Amino acid sequence: MLAPSPKKVLLDPIVNNNPITLQVLGVCSALAVTTQLSTALVMCIAVTLVTAFSSASIAALRNYIPSSIRMIVQMVVIASLVIVVDQILKAYFFQISKTMSVFVGLIITNCIVMGRAEGFAMKNTAWMSFLDGIGNGLGYSAVLMLVAFIRELFGSGSLFGFPVLAKVTEGGWYTPNGLLLLSPSAFFLIGILIWIVRTLKPSQVEKV
Amino acid sequence: MLPEQRDSITNTFVVTLVLCIACSLLVSSAAVVLKDVQNKNKLLDRQRNIVEAAGLSKKSGEFQAKEISDMFSDGTIEPRVVDLQSGEYVIDKAIANDSFDERKAAKDESMNAVIHSSKFRIGIEKREKYTWVYLVKDKQGNLEQVVLPIYGKGLWSTMYGFVALKSDIKTINGLTYYEHGETPGLGGEVVNPKWKKQWHGKQIWRGEPSDAMLAVGVSKGGTTSENMPYMVDGLSGATITSRGVDSMIKYWLSSDAFGPYLAKLAAQKGDSHVSTIP
Repeated sequence: MLAPSPKKVLLDPIVNNNPITLQVLGVCSALAVTTQLSTALVMCIAVTLVTAFSSASIAALRNYIPSSIRMIVQMVVIASLVIVVDQILKAYFFQISKTMSVFVGLIITNCIVMGRAEGFAMKNTAWMSFLDGIGNGLGYSAVLMLVAFIRELFGSGSLFGFPVLAKVTEGGWYTPNGLLLLSPSAFFLIGILIWIVRTLKPSQVEKV
Repeated sequence: MLPEQRDSITNTFVVTLVLCIACSLLVSSAAVVLKDVQNKNKLLDRQRNIVEAAGLSKKSGEFQAKEISDMFSDGTIEPRVVDLQSGEYVIDKAIANDSFDERKAAKDESMNAVIHSSKFRIGIEKREKYTWVYLVKDKQGNLEQVVLPIYGKGLWSTMYGFVALKSDIKTINGLTYYEHGETPGLGGEVVNPKWKKQWHGKQIWRGEPSDAMLAVGVSKGGTTSENMPYMVDGLSGATITSRGVDSMIKYWLSSDAFGPYLAKLAAQKGDSHVSTIP
């Protein structure tokens, strides 16, 4: 088997092997935190860091982890990292952690983190797994930020909380699209995104 | 490590033990190290909400953290704990200390009371016996406003907020929600500054002091010239949220909740305009 190059490991998940559009993992949090760009950004950073560090530590331990309890070991490492991230957010980004509420804790159940630990980190070195974690985090972030951009711009008429389109309720001309603030809109947007990516890259289409 | 060695029972136990200890050390040290900063944030967040409800604003921009904590330390805003039933301030330091949390108290069997009121339903069965009130004072120490914590069910969630009354204890100065889970764009508009502004100057009671009626609230079909001094427009597309806000404000200002305290406060000021009759 050919060893993948570090560059490929880092950059592949962004478009070619994107965890959301190709693997359709981690969609739950993509619905929940994308009404505002600022919460989406914090979520992206949190998921990227957790994926990178959990993959790296699991890869470092991979030769010692008994196969009978490997899933539990992965969960323990991921859960600990997520709790630490949650504590840090509560201490230094209080307003944002309030709006994200339970979704930070739910990073534990984000399939991307566990998927990378089981699928990549158990077979590769710590450094490569770290890059793989960052790469997948960035792939996840790219989709999340795109969805959040559309949802915040057309749902609330603002970007990062700064008003861009003057809303009718505040004396402007723009009537916000309420649907974009509700979770189903993220499904539509992700669906459209997957469609576009697969039209441009037909190799990603699954064989029926 | 060889696979046989790795999968042996001894190794399984060793790995489990080492991993658990390492992870618990990591998690608990993070929690302990960051606790002070987190508590400070929580307190500041609450204080900021009180300042916002009181409508104390700066000419430009938001208040800095220090300006807010200064308001609480220099006596501009004085927090007191009130016994809702008697309307008296609680002096007992076992209850009235900085760590008193009315939201925890509402869930604590020894600190809560069943809401009997059938007149105004806030969708909650038990409320706290004691709660915080915040007295906002001017530079000479005269009472300018009193800020009361209120809460009740909207459509999806319990909405938590503060209502600020002017020093005459019969006029609303402002209403702010700091926590809710209502539909964004519909019920969620309770935090819209334009909607909130309507509350400013609304009268709480209607009629002669001897038989005043609790008149403040949210009007469903829009305000008319007749109810304009007391009511604000409901939020369109958010009937149940609006109804929740209406019952909530009526309940908390009624004799079942802050009524006795407000009556005492008005009596102190030497006027008996405030009736305790809902």
